[in-house]
Amino acid sequence: MAGKEDLKLLGLLVSPFVIRVRMALSMKGLNYEYVEEDIFNKSELLIKLNPVHKKVPVLIHNGKPICESLVIVQYVDELFAGRAILPTDPYERATALFWAAYIEDKLSPAWIGILKAKAEEERAEKVKETLAAIEHVEVAFAKCSNGNAFFGGDSIGYFDIVLGSFLFWFEALRRMYGLEIINTSKTPLLAAWAERFRGSVEAKEVVPEADKAVQYANKLHAATAAAVKLVSSE
Amino acid sequence: MAGGDDLKLLGLWSSPFVLRVQLALSLKGLSYEYIEEEALVNKGELLLKYNPVHKKVPVLIHNGKPVCESRVILQYIDEAFAGIGPSLLPADPYERAVARFWAAYIDDTMLPVWNKSSMGKTEEEMAEGKKQSLATAGVLEGALRDCGKGKPFFGGDSAGYVDVVLGGLLGWVRASDELHGVKPFDPERTPLLAAWSERFGALEAVEPVVPDVSRLVEFGKMWKARLAAAAAGASN
Repeated sequence: MAGKEDLKLLGLLVSPFVIRVRMALSMKGLNYEYVEEDIFNKSELLIKLNPVHKKVPVLIHNGKPICESLVIVQYVDELFAGRAILPTDPYERATALFWAAYIEDKLSPAWIGILKAKAEEERAEKVKETLAAIEHVEVAFAKCSNGNAFFGGDSIGYFDIVLGSFLFWFEALRRMYGLEIINTSKTPLLAAWAERFRGSVEAKEVVPEADKAVQYANKLHAATAAAVKLVSSE
Repeated sequence: MAGGDDLKLLGLWSSPFVLRVQLALSLKGLSYEYIEEEALVNKGELLLKYNPVHKKVPVLIHNGKPVCESRVILQYIDEAFAGIGPSLLPADPYERAVARFWAAYIDDTMLPVWNKSSMGKTEEEMAEGKKQSLATAGVLEGALRDCGKGKPFFGGDSAGYVDVVLGGLLGWVRASDELHGVKPFDPERTPLLAAWSERFGALEAVEPVVPDVSRLVEFGKMWKARLAAAAAGASN
């Protein structure tokens, strides 16, 4: 287990971006102080340490803040010895980083868009985008995993946590809209991988129940509806 | 250059993302074969082969293996050719994290509002984009002031990762005044960024690589006309 480091993480239990960081810290055997933020009432500390985006996760290491989940994961991987999160070979790293960028640029905005859509038409559009993106990821898994259990090999690595952190939200979306983003017929490899990810020690430690995500989504929708009501009542 | 390394870059002369890769290769003193997408007859096929997911340039092909996405390519070059020429990313892990943060800011926050200000679908959208662009330039000015700490570049005494990521936009930054009547790095509002532009642009490894401003302006005007014609056609 790594020696005592001064690590604090500002987070949100249902944020997949925070979960990525928690998994990375856990994989390195690191202890840290966890602080749950209220997104509807952000702390002064959060605003001070992430003035640009005012978002979680923020990792504070020896008093210095690091922001953006992928940047934090790479930081943790580079600084702390132990289990490698990203592959060590430069070409394999580039492949992992490429797919993480794809997830962030194409898949993430699409599924989050399903949640935030204000009208059925918009939601349908976002569903289409999500399903198109996940198809690419299925192909990627076939190519990258090489028959192994996870993207990087036989244990969980960078790309697994980047995508895996979304799984409980995909389940939440299934409960809310009857939508199956990953399913055994269209994306069989990802469906099998998802089972393995969910069952892993690393995931079980930090991934919450899908119900928590549903509750959060409802809270978000209620807050949006209230704001809309306020505006339209003026 | 390391023996037996075969480097090819699939690019487009006007692309700021391609320019980033060219700047990185130039700063590290690496030689490569440049393949211009515009000149290709079979560009569709080549892109489909090397970048099936996005079908876009830049694509760096190293010993036959493709690497895509400009920031991924930059990090790859830094790692695969560590020890050849200067390093792009700093050695210290915290400084690396800061550099990656700002690179992400440039692409995820700054670029979208720049695009909105010049290619927004309505006058209102463009006006909003312009306002947001001023704000993001201000944030970046602060980054240069705080991270640069009085040094000439984001990377310190010499150009590094963030300088290259931002530097890819240099051609369009220069063309913007004539095209849109906007100076993204206005010397009055963002003096540090304005000075940085001049300094970075004058570097021996940079100057010959940045595309000619007049050519970009011409291209930009043609692009604007095309967009306007499409919009007019659509509204008929």
